[in-house]
Amino acid sequence: MRRFAELYAELDASTATSAKVEAMATYFAQVPAADAAWAVHVLTGRKLKRLIRSGELRTLAARASGYPEWLVEESYSHVGDLAETIDLLLDAPLEARDELSLSTWIEQRLAPLPSLDEAGRAVRLLAWWSELPHAQRFVLNKLMTGSLRVGVSQRLVVQALARVAGLDTALVAHRLTGDWTPTPAAFRALLDPAGQLAVDVDQPYPFFLASPLEHAVETLGERADWLAEWKWDGIRAQLLKRDGAARLWSRGEERLDGRFPEIEAAAAALPDGVAIDGEILAWRDGAPLPFTALQKRIGRLKPGAKSLADAPVVLLAYDLVEDAGIDIRTSSLQERRARLAQHLATLPAGADAAIQLSPALDGDDWQALARLREASRERGVEGLMLKRLASPYQVGRKRGDWWKWKVEPYTLDAVLIYAQAGHGRRANLFTDYTFAVWDGDALVPVAKAYSGLTDEEIGRLDRWIRAHTLERFGPVRSVEPHHVFELAFEAINASSRHKSGVAVRFPRILRWRTDLSIRDADSLDQLKTLAGG
Amino acid sequence: MTRPSDLVALTPEGLYCPAGDFHIDPWRPTSTAIITHAHGDHARTGSQHYWGTKVGAPLLGERLPGMTLDTLDYGEVRRFGEARVSLHPAGHILGSAQVRIEVDGRVCVVSGDYKRDPDPTCAPFEVVPCDVFVTEATFALPVYRWPPMEAVVADVIAWWDACAARGVPAVLFCYALGKAQRLLAELARATDRTVHLHGAMLALVERYRELGVAMLPTVPVSDSARGRDFAGELILAPPSAAGSTWMRRFNNASTGFASGWMRIRGNRRRRGYDRGFVVSDHADWPSLIETIRATGAQRVLPTHGNTDALVPYLRELGLDAEPLRTDFGSED
Repeated sequence: MRRFAELYAELDASTATSAKVEAMATYFAQVPAADAAWAVHVLTGRKLKRLIRSGELRTLAARASGYPEWLVEESYSHVGDLAETIDLLLDAPLEARDELSLSTWIEQRLAPLPSLDEAGRAVRLLAWWSELPHAQRFVLNKLMTGSLRVGVSQRLVVQALARVAGLDTALVAHRLTGDWTPTPAAFRALLDPAGQLAVDVDQPYPFFLASPLEHAVETLGERADWLAEWKWDGIRAQLLKRDGAARLWSRGEERLDGRFPEIEAAAAALPDGVAIDGEILAWRDGAPLPFTALQKRIGRLKPGAKSLADAPVVLLAYDLVEDAGIDIRTSSLQERRARLAQHLATLPAGADAAIQLSPALDGDDWQALARLREASRERGVEGLMLKRLASPYQVGRKRGDWWKWKVEPYTLDAVLIYAQAGHGRRANLFTDYTFAVWDGDALVPVAKAYSGLTDEEIGRLDRWIRAHTLERFGPVRSVEPHHVFELAFEAINASSRHKSGVAVRFPRILRWRTDLSIRDADSLDQLKTLAGG
Repeated sequence: MTRPSDLVALTPEGLYCPAGDFHIDPWRPTSTAIITHAHGDHARTGSQHYWGTKVGAPLLGERLPGMTLDTLDYGEVRRFGEARVSLHPAGHILGSAQVRIEVDGRVCVVSGDYKRDPDPTCAPFEVVPCDVFVTEATFALPVYRWPPMEAVVADVIAWWDACAARGVPAVLFCYALGKAQRLLAELARATDRTVHLHGAMLALVERYRELGVAMLPTVPVSDSARGRDFAGELILAPPSAAGSTWMRRFNNASTGFASGWMRIRGNRRRRGYDRGFVVSDHADWPSLIETIRATGAQRVLPTHGNTDALVPYLRELGLDAEPLRTDFGSED
């Protein structure tokens, strides 16, 4: 644990990605495979099974520190990170010894916690807290409370591993995709110099991600070199058919099996050894249903007949990355699309409704595509995707071959009514805002937004919020309705789950409208008109 | 709200003592202003007549040029109207004071800013028994506990050495009055190397030297020739210099910030400094609680800072506590 805490401190202290990669590579090369495996697990954002409730931790923190629970809460809301708060509240031991390895800590000390009773957990935690020095105690708490938040992405971990093993990052990324189990054997397999991709039968491919088109579309060259598709507003997914069984993975590398039986049933008709990249959408009569319809399906592990009828789903397939059991990512998009179309053409009736080809758009030139893009909203799509026909299927976000050409967002002027402190880099600053619009004389909340302000604006708003708090509800403060912000969002749908009756997609702050008074903010009726239109 | 028995009250100009007809650290011009210390949020211009400590007078002179200033020695009693007033060391910066006010045998002490940690640049805090204690609350949460200064000095030296080994300058940001001189004095116990100073610190460091504070040798950054390589050098600068064009002369500099706020990881990360060193000229939570108890005050008025946590905590301890909304800042 000492060595891992040192790594954590190094990662935390540096803002340069090169230094982070260097620190991880050194760590992976030095420590036993069992520790390295767990480090990969937690640094890539994979969590440990829930070990202890946060409320129980807070009660124990109050016990260990001797402070009343409300003061622990007050400290937590100031610091914004429970793991750190607990560490800061407690004295460090004069002489600290911790020679246990990371894997021993996790497997032998942390893993049994859920099976103990509260008293058993209390005895252990109080002892650990009193024995460990600051850095280790903080990291221990981080492991117990969830994600590490140390500014390391899966991409950086992959770079570090690739450097240690002298392998291509794409290969390591692929080996790490899907359900990766943190064992010494699995860690050695990641670094296996043989270069063989021992792909697990369940393992998906790393997704290739598009970048936003920020320059004129004409700069992409000849229209004929590009495939144009609608940019669907659904869930990016990979459908694998191997050994006679279908597996469905989300872009977040979560298994979606069971949630979308329509798609899995249709996959039975696909040949073995294929991997299809596409988008899951709620779909009716040849057009997408609003994202909120799909949202109701995502949460259901085993959807019932009503849910299947209310929001039938479809996989709009846009790429084929494995064919006849062979990785075909290096062949051209044109070639991959042709093979994909062939497979889909052989699907029997019924199955061909659940898995469809995401159509290529006509539009002979860029102007014609621009006109199609203007009609995106009426079609329930976010804009266009432009993909170079000669491009291979790459790993992660690589600029140049795949572009998303979205329509301009909707905007609205809304009033700040609630604020909550952020986490990580934004801890103990009020950065999570709730905005409202007018419904008659009342302000009803319609959107939460976290991003869009500069650090300077965040600081200014934070001071204002502290001085103008009306009420406190736990970590949330209600503030005087005073400030108006222009928000951008992608779509608006009717929603029974929201008090306002509407839900907006991807709200973010465009600018602080200091020129507007709260009476100038938009009304719910205006918003509903957008929803209807 | 304050009561007459508190001996002090809030007016639009600031904290006021009706019995003595004077203000303490007023934020608007008044006739008589007693100044606890020379930081900008406590020593503001425009009042007719200022009072301060004798030892702090040269620093007040830097902040309030051309003012009318009378001074008191620590412990010297002077009558203002019905009030007997004396100034006592606050341990915050050189010349900083608490204001003791006695009216008809009842005593109120206004702490100004204070700390209990040792500081070679100023007289240590003196516990002044009182009935009413107006205490600062800048860091009034139990997560704020200061590490021993020796450990911080060792960290700063290790960082400086690591920068020297990498061949880059080490720029340490800190408050120009108090913190800078305290660091220079503390570092002098561990090294005798010369430190480069930002222009905003020159006069203040000079005043400290004239007042007999032993510090590392210093040289103005502006004395260096254009294009000088600062690799391996330690430079002290006020936080306002971060991100300014002034910083361009330091190639690939590693940056650090010395402040009590650096205790919290989120603050360290947000400010974007490479290193945070926990050094504060304010009282940490244990010191606040210990000091409040030691004064014996039954009535406690916490001001500027995290009064939200301190007031209810003091009430749980059985004290009569109420927040006092003043206009002082939370810089450290």
